[in-house]
Amino acid sequence: MNRQEKAPQPEKPTPPPVGEKEAQKKPAGWRAALNVILLPFLAIVTALIFSSVFIIISDTELLNLWRDFFNAPSIAIAASLEKLKISYGALLSGGLGDPARIWHGLQVWLKTGDKQELIASLEGIDRTLVYSTPYIFAGLAVALGFRCGLFNIGVEGQLFVGAMAATYVGYSIKGLPMLIHLPLALTAGALAGALWSAIAGFLKAYTGAHEVVTTIMLNYVAFRLSDYMLTGPMKRSGFNPVSPPVEKSAWLPKLAPDPLRFHAGFFLALAVAYFVYWFLWKSTWGFEIRTVGANPSAAKYAGISIPKNFILAMAISGALAGLSGTSEILGVNHFMAQAFSSGYGFDSIALALLGKSHPLGVVLASLLWGFLRAGATRMQSAAGIPIDIVQIIQGMVIVFVAAPALVRMIWRIRAIAEEGETIFTRGWGT
Amino acid sequence: MAPKTLNWTTIRHRYLRQNQIWGVVFILFAIAIWTLFLPGVEPGEKAKFGLNIVTAAKPIKVPDLVVPARISILLLGFIAAFLGGWQLSKGFREPQALLAVLLILFVFAFLVWATAGKSFNLTGMLASTVLRATPIAFGALSGVWCERTAVINIAIEGMMLSAAFTSVIVASATGSPYWGLLAAIITGALLGLLLAVLAIRFRVDQIIAGTAINIFAIGLTSFLSHSWLAEHQNLNAAPNFKPIPIPILAKIPVLGPMFFNVNLIVYIMFALVIITHIVLFHTRWGLRMRAVGEHPKAADTLGINVYLTRYISVTIGGIIAGLGGAYFTLGSVGRFDEEMTAGKGFIGLAAMIFGKWTPIGGFIASFIFGLADALQVKMAILRVPIPSEFLLMAPYIVTIVVLSGVVGRAIPPAADGQPYVKE
Repeated sequence: MNRQEKAPQPEKPTPPPVGEKEAQKKPAGWRAALNVILLPFLAIVTALIFSSVFIIISDTELLNLWRDFFNAPSIAIAASLEKLKISYGALLSGGLGDPARIWHGLQVWLKTGDKQELIASLEGIDRTLVYSTPYIFAGLAVALGFRCGLFNIGVEGQLFVGAMAATYVGYSIKGLPMLIHLPLALTAGALAGALWSAIAGFLKAYTGAHEVVTTIMLNYVAFRLSDYMLTGPMKRSGFNPVSPPVEKSAWLPKLAPDPLRFHAGFFLALAVAYFVYWFLWKSTWGFEIRTVGANPSAAKYAGISIPKNFILAMAISGALAGLSGTSEILGVNHFMAQAFSSGYGFDSIALALLGKSHPLGVVLASLLWGFLRAGATRMQSAAGIPIDIVQIIQGMVIVFVAAPALVRMIWRIRAIAEEGETIFTRGWGT
Repeated sequence: MAPKTLNWTTIRHRYLRQNQIWGVVFILFAIAIWTLFLPGVEPGEKAKFGLNIVTAAKPIKVPDLVVPARISILLLGFIAAFLGGWQLSKGFREPQALLAVLLILFVFAFLVWATAGKSFNLTGMLASTVLRATPIAFGALSGVWCERTAVINIAIEGMMLSAAFTSVIVASATGSPYWGLLAAIITGALLGLLLAVLAIRFRVDQIIAGTAINIFAIGLTSFLSHSWLAEHQNLNAAPNFKPIPIPILAKIPVLGPMFFNVNLIVYIMFALVIITHIVLFHTRWGLRMRAVGEHPKAADTLGINVYLTRYISVTIGGIIAGLGGAYFTLGSVGRFDEEMTAGKGFIGLAAMIFGKWTPIGGFIASFIFGLADALQVKMAILRVPIPSEFLLMAPYIVTIVVLSGVVGRAIPPAADGQPYVKE
């Protein structure tokens, strides 16, 4: 049961205690690089394979075929494979689009100048990019928290608060030029998210209340608050709980013709990702945050204020989360409704883990997630698979990414000795 | 924030300041009671609290409690102010325990204010408090079992949700809630074991492993209830546990309906609180658990199997969370809804911390959270001029306040959250 109790096996020496890991250098060479890419990739593949099981058991007809397995095994297997082919085919075409259709659309456009066909065929990729925009912001929020040793589970709530503020600024102020109104609305969203999460940072810094529990509680408070605002002060008269429409001058500019929804938020997200990279690795504040995250006691003895960095990291993380909701409001919905977010905040945890808390990794992971989400919508309509399958895949991805040893065990990969398990969070208190 | 040098003077200064802060907080409570509740009450108005509820056990009737509203609020405020003054001048040994007393004073002042000129069934609310505290207490107990051996279990929520799901299906399919309860126990044990394997064998960061289990549980139960339970509605109609009155005791007014006329799962919770307390503090196994949680290396040196102790305790913790999950379905309406646990697992975790990692403390804390929850429901009936959304926030805000007011001083098991590597 406990491998550690047996004699250590040659390919997997027992990792050194936590403190020594920090001192170790990253291994150079292609094997290390491969390891960085291979393990997340295998984690995703493993998760997809396991989720196939759920796709199969959710289909009653297939289940009946499997009951007959011993009489007609080939039928059950063939039907299951067919179902998986349809499902994952829908996932691919929903997330990226059908290449043949895109090619056809391109030809029609070149020949006749009629763009409609091409535009319609690009819908899959458009959805992927639009979905991944809030993911990038939210994933960065969690990643930045991890870098400071904080686990911000409250992204979902901060996202709601940010969206509320941005919506309010978006509809209540009228007649401003876009150059002023749009930045104003974006700032309002970021600021509201920052203030909301700074509560958790403050409590963590000065009372030791663990951010995991406080941010989850703040999530529920934020949901109720948005319920209240949308049925009360921010209600659009004569409508069900939705806010008034945001003024056009606060919209994130749309960059694609009409049925498509691609907007400038995507580029804003990429810029913010670069900013986070610059902030964490090139600025003094970022250095302090990373030091506190890597080793709080060392940071303390180096004269770095731990409370200050907890609050700062939490606030910036919340600002990013607020921008996530803001981009969704100003770029896609243009008004706020109850439950407009559908879980971006919770997905972001998987994104940060998958992206190894690095902005570039988070962007790539977000694109993947946007693709999964766009594809899952198609899977639901084409193959009748509930969209919650995405959450199952996510849960498994988190487990597999957080437990490299598990993936290695499944795929029989040798461990690289230098790869130590990253400590993302610490116990209660610091 | 933290003093640079920890000598006796700084400690005393810190302690004194902390003590005075508590005193000021208590007096603020008194002022809040007066300013919030006095203006809304007409002189001479009375608040009528019903103490009788109708149950099958027919508890003995007692006269209703009728109190003059203004005077009661004044009095409750005075008690709070007195406690604050005492704290400032002399100081209580455990001011944070008094926080609970003050919260209750505040709640009663609030009740008197809300009920002035109306009537309100107090026993009904207290009975529902016990029911609402039950899943929270299960969560707290589950946390105690895991964290005393230094494994943080943040997956209580997911374990409860999964167990609620499996128990309802098994109970509906077999027609017996007992089989459902067994299914819940097995589900909880398996997820507890999964957490243990991830945390101990694979040394995954425990909070992340727990979060993964939570997301996975939410996803899986929502997925299956969309794709499968929606088609088989007959599997989502489980027989539930009915209240079992205990002879004689159930007839006691107020206490009878609260504690002695509840269903099997609630009795199991009461029993588990006592059993956990005895096991943890009065048996050899409990001593081992605590040793493993405080100083695994020392325990290992003395020949205690650290890994095995953790595996067993975390699995038991999972079983307890599973029982809590069964309460949501078999202990109430016998139906599963998506994400029906609504954060109760996390509140249970906060209750465990409030109760300083002890079963009895956790139970009392759950009671306070249950009170906040029950109050929020009953207030809607009294038509208090507060939007219902704000009342719904109450349990969560109480959690935050309690967590930040107490944790600073509550000390978790020393090795909590750290994986142990045998040398």
